[in-house]
Amino acid sequence: MASATTQARAPTFFDQVVAATPGVSHLEMCIQCGTCGGSCPSGPDMEHSPRALFAMIKGEMREQVLRSNTPWYCVSCYYCMTRCPQEIHITDLMYTLKRMAIREGFSKESSASDAPGFSQSFIGFVENYGRSFELGLATRYHLTHHPLEVYKMAPMGLGMLRRGRMALTPKPIKGVNQLKAILNRAKQLEEEEYAL
Amino acid sequence: MRYSYYPGCSLERNASAYHVSAMEVAKPFGVEFAEIDDWNCCGATEYISLNKMAAYALVARNLAIAKNQPGNNQTLVAPCSACFLNLSKAEQYLCEDETLRGHINTALEAGGMHYNAGGLSVRHLLDIFVNDVGYDAIAEKVVKPLNGLRIAPYYGCMIVRPGFQGVFDDHEQPVALDKLMKVLGANVVDFPLKANCCGGHMTQISEPVAMDLINRLLKNAADYEADILVTLCPMCQLNLDAYQADVNRYFKTSYHIPVLYFTQVMGLAMGMSAQEMGIGKELVDARPALAKIGVEVPEPEPVKKKRPAKEELPMPLMPEKE
Repeated sequence: MASATTQARAPTFFDQVVAATPGVSHLEMCIQCGTCGGSCPSGPDMEHSPRALFAMIKGEMREQVLRSNTPWYCVSCYYCMTRCPQEIHITDLMYTLKRMAIREGFSKESSASDAPGFSQSFIGFVENYGRSFELGLATRYHLTHHPLEVYKMAPMGLGMLRRGRMALTPKPIKGVNQLKAILNRAKQLEEEEYAL
Repeated sequence: MRYSYYPGCSLERNASAYHVSAMEVAKPFGVEFAEIDDWNCCGATEYISLNKMAAYALVARNLAIAKNQPGNNQTLVAPCSACFLNLSKAEQYLCEDETLRGHINTALEAGGMHYNAGGLSVRHLLDIFVNDVGYDAIAEKVVKPLNGLRIAPYYGCMIVRPGFQGVFDDHEQPVALDKLMKVLGANVVDFPLKANCCGGHMTQISEPVAMDLINRLLKNAADYEADILVTLCPMCQLNLDAYQADVNRYFKTSYHIPVLYFTQVMGLAMGMSAQEMGIGKELVDARPALAKIGVEVPEPEPVKKKRPAKEELPMPLMPEKE
């Protein structure tokens, strides 16, 4: 019978990953079968398969896990998650690892160091206007991250503009101030949760 | 039948042809899609990578709007697979995770809102057409069958995986779109990679990975001699269509496979014109393929002539001195 006198201990990296993942992640259920890595379309480009990464989390290898390019190469296709015999929420765990890697400064050192910048550029427009703005995203992201390669985007961008598939200016939603208030409060809550 | 409808950012511009064709095709069946008020972005796959609470609060605002919409039947329809996934996932997690629900409602209160999770069914547009309207009703409206057009039906990932509120088709070998295309009279080709990923945002993060993922799909469709690819997601359409020229450059291939939305080809089979269906907005020209079934597509608008070269360097125009 389980004892009721479990001693309080500092949360491990494993505990933190599980706590930061919404819903029930089932991470502790991993049986190291490798179905996830074998199902992953970008698996060959990952430094660690999800299976290996989960073993590393259990082994408290915080830095190595957060430096890995694996979460950033996840394409959110959910193959691993539907095939996992233990029903581990693998895709959601990848999102958790991305957030932790950014927060702790390790994402800059991964081989996919541009990825957080893309997410931030995308979300910048959503936070300010309520909706995404493709032209602004493409120009802002590429000018700040690949200024010398902007010309590569030009033919496609012009094709999209010519066919009326890109707006020239962003259009804010009516409740943009309401949305900003909601998101600011949510960000405070995220900070409070992380501080625990 | 009336449904609440969440178009998503892509359908406003980049995928406007999907929106327009979906609205037109729904009319003959008496289906009405009522857009919810002042919705915001679903966050795609980006917000959740940065901030969990903000990502769920962003989606919850949409769910709250949908639920409080007068006359809504507790069904929210999304045509974009990523929006569909984010809305259904947030609804599910807000139901099962009490802590998350508490936090999200605290955030919503800052904007004078509250969300009672539970009871809202989020469904994809394809699900509505094949399961509520039904194949038989669609068959009755087919006046120009797509006989002879070889179609590769492409589902992508998020419509069939993981199914936060249950799935209406198989996770790995879905058939709903195959059946729909057969009902329209098309020759549906075998397309083993039909539920594989298009790469999503990888075009912006790692070119080699993105090019490889898109190339696999195009090669698979070309191997089975598909005339066109049919999609149900604006992200898939964008990657396969707008990046097809890049893939051809990258791998020195010569694919020319137009990528249309399932609602566009439904409309053609139902006798609607290519123009009404927004055909002509795709970057890979669909005219040669559609000519096979006698569909005429109006010429794209002529490209504006380039400005004549000036001898001096371009300078801002100054008001003339009097």
